Amino acid sequence: MSMTQQAAPAVDTPPAPGPKQSDGRTRQRPLALRLLARPEVGVFLGAVAVLVFFLFAAPPVRDGSSMANILYQSSTIGIMALPVALLMIGGEFDLSAGVAVITSALTASMLSYQLTMNVWVGVIVALLVSLAIGAFNGWLLVKTGLPSFLVTLGTFLILQGVNLAITKLVTGNVATDDISDMDGFGQAQKLFASTFTVGGVNVKITVVWWLAFAALATWVLLRTKYGNWIFAVGGNKDSARAVGVPVTFTKISLFMLVGFGAWFVGMHQLFSFNTVQSGEGVGQELIYIAAAVIGGCLLTGGYGSAIGPVFGAFMFGMVQQGIVYAGWNPDWFKAFLGVMLLGAVLINLWVQRTATRR
Amino acid sequence: MDRSSHPRSRRFAPVVAVAAAAALTLAGCSSSSGGKKSEEGAADASAGKATTPRMTVALVTHQAPGDTFWDTVRKGAEAAAAKDNIKLIYSADPNAGNQANLIQNAIDQKVDGIAVTLAKPDALKGVIGKAEKSGIPVVGLNSGLSDWKNLNLLEFFGQDESVAGEAFGKKLNEVGAKKVLCVMQEQGNVGLTQRCDGVAKTFDGKVDPQNVNGTDMPSVKSTITAKLKQDPSIDYVVTLGAPFALTAVQSVGDAGSKAKVATFDLNKDLIKSIKAGDIQFAVDQQPYLQGYLAVDGLWLYKNNGNYSGGGEQPVLTGPAFVDKSNVDKIGEFAAKGTR
Repeated sequence: MSMTQQAAPAVDTPPAPGPKQSDGRTRQRPLALRLLARPEVGVFLGAVAVLVFFLFAAPPVRDGSSMANILYQSSTIGIMALPVALLMIGGEFDLSAGVAVITSALTASMLSYQLTMNVWVGVIVALLVSLAIGAFNGWLLVKTGLPSFLVTLGTFLILQGVNLAITKLVTGNVATDDISDMDGFGQAQKLFASTFTVGGVNVKITVVWWLAFAALATWVLLRTKYGNWIFAVGGNKDSARAVGVPVTFTKISLFMLVGFGAWFVGMHQLFSFNTVQSGEGVGQELIYIAAAVIGGCLLTGGYGSAIGPVFGAFMFGMVQQGIVYAGWNPDWFKAFLGVMLLGAVLINLWVQRTATRR
Repeated sequence: MDRSSHPRSRRFAPVVAVAAAAALTLAGCSSSSGGKKSEEGAADASAGKATTPRMTVALVTHQAPGDTFWDTVRKGAEAAAAKDNIKLIYSADPNAGNQANLIQNAIDQKVDGIAVTLAKPDALKGVIGKAEKSGIPVVGLNSGLSDWKNLNLLEFFGQDESVAGEAFGKKLNEVGAKKVLCVMQEQGNVGLTQRCDGVAKTFDGKVDPQNVNGTDMPSVKSTITAKLKQDPSIDYVVTLGAPFALTAVQSVGDAGSKAKVATFDLNKDLIKSIKAGDIQFAVDQQPYLQGYLAVDGLWLYKNNGNYSGGGEQPVLTGPAFVDKSNVDKIGEFAAKGTR
């Protein structure tokens, strides 16, 4: 705990009479403060603040279908922010996550198209390729001991070039061909990119997947041995290894999890837009990382949650679309986004500091 | 993706992938519709081959990687190079400083001619001067309509973005639009801003510009949906690139809006949407023509001393409108990825 608590008993004067019976060391801190100290609570309050702000500033946000749109935007960020956050808790991060999404979509699209196969073949091969990219990142990191910044920066550049070059080589263009008339497209679209109606509002299926993945990730992180391993390798790799945590396995599997996320989002993009431009995805990795950091994950590892990044991604989607719903001057768009995000992070930080200071 | 880039790392994944693909093919997983099999083989345009001595031309653009528009420019340049017995060196970088270095690189290679895009003319001024000093003819294409003469370029092939925007605005008047959303996929791009400004100049109604994150399609989709919700009076969505038009059609559906979609620039998927009536029209600056004419112009200069436009006037490649009335004819060429 904090310094003040340890310093308290050193004072010679007898404890003041009144309700305070113990010396304070074993006293339960108030529930509110204990809650505030959780990694996801700061961002939750930040998200609520942003939501309330836009409910006032932008009347269209109060409409159900607008909220569905905001949630859709948040989900495409959030599905990737989840594995990125787990990886970050495990002490690493992945700069190749943005272009890896496009790599996966390109693989599925080109494979099915060029070989004229059922699109599910492409989908499955794309999954294997995405997992392999994750495994490569993790393996190289563990084998060489290089920082993840360097390893994944390398993969980021490789994938960027490969995306472009292979697409051009295979299709003769820099975008893939339209696969919407091929066998299996309808089924895959149902799974990755369909829409359903709740009370007259059209909701994208990615929102459901996002929340389901978040629930699963929370359970894994808090209730399973693997979850403990993630915290352990992110906190201190060497002492984790000393107490028998399989560090290599944990790190590689975390990178593969990011690969899985990239595959999922890539499939969503492919099946909702039918074709993929090979230059897309650059810069998205920073948005995923930002959503995880806003969500309370430390860049240094060992601390964070799976539910925090859900609010982090929501905040991103809310601010990005809220500015449009408010009808503000679009020239200021990115500046608004930056100010709102910085503000949210500062609220987050302040809440945590206040809470842990008791 | 490229499985050869990480072969030794994963002994199993590539093997499994290939085996799975093979097994699935055998198991009858081929698609009965669409795909490569349905694509018809189509040869590129060809008009014989020149017998003039081999020359080398560098084409240096400000292309961002993976953009379909620039791919078409390059195809035009390659077609002209093949016909004129030219070795074409293509390079590109969206960063103006890097583009200047690429031009310097071409000078160092002692090429016989350079074709450049002038998205940021001031940054290229110095290096273009060097090229001219070393006797290498330089032509401009695509962007830089107002600057090519100051930089003493030989000739210029492109579309005046403002003129294209103005033509677009007039067309919007014809189709009876009242309020237009102008979707910009790259904040701060001069050419894109000129397009929207051009539309605003001639269009009788109101034009609302909107920036979107062009590298993230789901975000583009959500943002256009949000804007249509915020302002239900928008009855036309104007996009400045073909892939964004296709996304805008989805946004209109999501927002439950009645707005129609029209766009700058073409690609082969867009042709289908124009045929289907999802997209009303596209204004085409003919990127293939820009690449082709720039390279061919250098060939003509070297072999016959010709100047297109007489060195005084630019050669305009746009704006040409593509709508339901002429889409069938253009569709044939677009299917090859050359329109």
